[in-house]
Amino acid sequence: MSSVSASSAARVPLNRFRVPRRFLRAALPGLSLALVILGIGELNPRAVSYFGLNLMLNLGIPVALATIAQMFVITVNDLDLSIGTFVSFVGCVAATWLRDAPLLGVAVLLGGIGVYALLGAVIYLRNVPSIVVTLGMFFVWQGLAILILPKPGGKAPVWLHALMNFRTPYVPFPIVAALVIALVVHAGLMRSSYGAILRGSGGNPSAIGRAGWSLLKIKVTMFALAGVFGVLSGLALIGLTTSADANIGKGYTLLSIAGVILGGGEFVGGRTSPIGAVIGALTLTLAGSLLNFMRISPDWQVGAQGAILIIVLAARAVINQTGGRAS
Amino acid sequence: MPAAAANIVRLDGVEKHFGAVRALAKVDFSVDAGECVGLVGHNGAGKSTLMHVLAGTLTPDRGQIIIGGEPRQGYAVEMAQKLGIRCVFQELSLCPNLTVAENARVLHPTITGWGWRRRASRLIRGKLDEMFPGHGIVPDALVGELSIGKRQMVEVARAFTVTKAPLHLVILDEPTSSLDSHTAGQLLSYVRRVVATGVSCILISHLLREILDYSDRIVVMRDGAAVAAGRASEFDRDGLVTAMGGAAAGTVRPEERAAGLRRTTPVRVRARPATQKDGRELVAHEGEIIGLAGLAGHGQTELLIRIFSGASRRIPGVEVTARVALIAGDRQSDGIFPLWSIAENIGVRSIAALRKGLLISPELEKRLAERWQKRIRIRTPDLRNNILSLSGGNQQKALFARALGSEAKLVLMDDPMRGVDIGTKLEVYDLIRAEADGGRTFLWYTSEADELKNCDHVYVFRSGRIIADLHRNELSEERVIQSSFEEVT
Repeated sequence: MSSVSASSAARVPLNRFRVPRRFLRAALPGLSLALVILGIGELNPRAVSYFGLNLMLNLGIPVALATIAQMFVITVNDLDLSIGTFVSFVGCVAATWLRDAPLLGVAVLLGGIGVYALLGAVIYLRNVPSIVVTLGMFFVWQGLAILILPKPGGKAPVWLHALMNFRTPYVPFPIVAALVIALVVHAGLMRSSYGAILRGSGGNPSAIGRAGWSLLKIKVTMFALAGVFGVLSGLALIGLTTSADANIGKGYTLLSIAGVILGGGEFVGGRTSPIGAVIGALTLTLAGSLLNFMRISPDWQVGAQGAILIIVLAARAVINQTGGRAS
Repeated sequence: MPAAAANIVRLDGVEKHFGAVRALAKVDFSVDAGECVGLVGHNGAGKSTLMHVLAGTLTPDRGQIIIGGEPRQGYAVEMAQKLGIRCVFQELSLCPNLTVAENARVLHPTITGWGWRRRASRLIRGKLDEMFPGHGIVPDALVGELSIGKRQMVEVARAFTVTKAPLHLVILDEPTSSLDSHTAGQLLSYVRRVVATGVSCILISHLLREILDYSDRIVVMRDGAAVAAGRASEFDRDGLVTAMGGAAAGTVRPEERAAGLRRTTPVRVRARPATQKDGRELVAHEGEIIGLAGLAGHGQTELLIRIFSGASRRIPGVEVTARVALIAGDRQSDGIFPLWSIAENIGVRSIAALRKGLLISPELEKRLAERWQKRIRIRTPDLRNNILSLSGGNQQKALFARALGSEAKLVLMDDPMRGVDIGTKLEVYDLIRAEADGGRTFLWYTSEADELKNCDHVYVFRSGRIIADLHRNELSEERVIQSSFEEVT
């Protein structure tokens, strides 16, 4: 075929969003979480209890932290494919050096955050696609994790284990933790004045640049934040599992991306939501339990999680379309 | 600014080149405190480039930028902001994912700390109330949810908001393009009020009435130079049109057939733009070169793409009875395959003809490329070289070879000569004429008025509609400019 110009499509003005649509969209992640919990409650009423939720949502915390890390990167229109193996790397460091030589362990983790900041700078300055850079880093982190911990083992620092197994009264700890994570990030990214600049650079980078803001600084900030939350995710994970494995966080790359999108985020345009991302991560975690209660064999669970993602995204597309017709 | 009494800004001998194209040629330009300067010119006259230089987003190749009486070295956006120069660019520069108030904060680094959101809301709402009473815009609304007109109102209002940094000059590049006439009137009368307080404005508009009625002084640009300047009262509509480039036109080739007569050959295309309200449509016969004219971005490319799609599937209002090839205007993003050789780039439109069995025959591909290399004179030692080894003009020639080497009888050209040197242009003009005489039909959107002289018939576009069709005999640059600047009600 000949070369078709895509320029006309690009010039079409942005969708006109209607107010009810905005609220429907915002409600969708919470709605899907409620549906999954209702499903679990229907199949096994005893699961929806202090103890049950604690058990089911425990592993949702590291996923939520990794999802927040991914969300920072997606907000500036990039993608981090390396977050999963970075979590593994952090986990291996936490289960070995952080326990045996805390100073070294802390230095290595800070170095990891520094590498993330550097990646942001490289991606901005050299204008290389983040997918390429982070795909490379995927293997780098994995290699480092295997070097540190060739076979599963190690032991979590005592304080970390104690922290992650903390029992809060009345409300299960994972729920409290999820609330705290969501609100802190929400305050920083959605409510603070520099947060608006950070998000704006995902919506229209040249406008932010023209107003005199440094896009390099923004990119570095966002990637460094992703590094910070990647570290937190790895620590939380090891605090729960008590020992590490070089492949422990491998699945987090796709889970985190799915969590951001499930939580109402978009791949481009700076439209993300921390609260939605945390809800998305919890929904994905609980979906595993729901499928267990439905006696779906683990072989099918990944596919079933994918199906949940597709259903939610389809619902969002329908909301977007009906809103478009009304205008 | 102590020295700001006379010149707010002065540009001395500013030059800017983009590759072989000279966008600005030794332009002298100045704005005094408390005056509104109207800037007019046809497509590519250099207005936008000049404004980008003023706003600090482009660095000139040569010349001096003097602001507040001092020459400024290393002038860039941050300095422009500090010196109180703001620009409302033609392409919207708001972040659609932020609210109106958050967008206001983007421009003001000092709005920070506790309660910033409230202060930003108050700032932008106050300015909107002042400029557009009854605007109906909530500061908490997401910009992406606003209509295009309201977004433009927010953007213009934002440019006039003041916190710590001073405000001396606001550049308004087509500020009314998405506003209805009532809102446009509100905006322009606000401009007069603010100019009276000592702030300066530069107003760029294709609506000459706005320029004549609301500016103190008018500068006319043409081919990258300021060709006329004077008090607004010294100009009238016709004077402006003439200064913009109408005067030299009117050369009609004597060998032409009588006016209004179209060829009697079969019709190849009938197409109506999606937003056309009256019965006007574009008609192209076999062997004709049809020009699509008017200001850039007024629906010409869209119609070409409609016609292109109409050749492969049914599209209401479009009737195409020939095979189509399209030559893209933006060759880097829509034209070339940057990893392929020159020969592969030429052959890709003709794969069916180059096939031997299931595979592409390198032999046939090479022969096709060589044939066109000779006809169109692509300057390269070896057609197997990567396409990027060619100069821009020669890359464009390869794209012409791709289209003309195919079996397509209808060739759509989306402003293909952008950034091409004059020698290449003349060669391609001859080629197009020869191909048209051989029975091909060309639809040629061009932003250069000179190129329209190569066309048999010209349709002038405005706001996505055909507003005039001119036969070659009636064609003059003046007519085209007159039509494209016509006030549409």
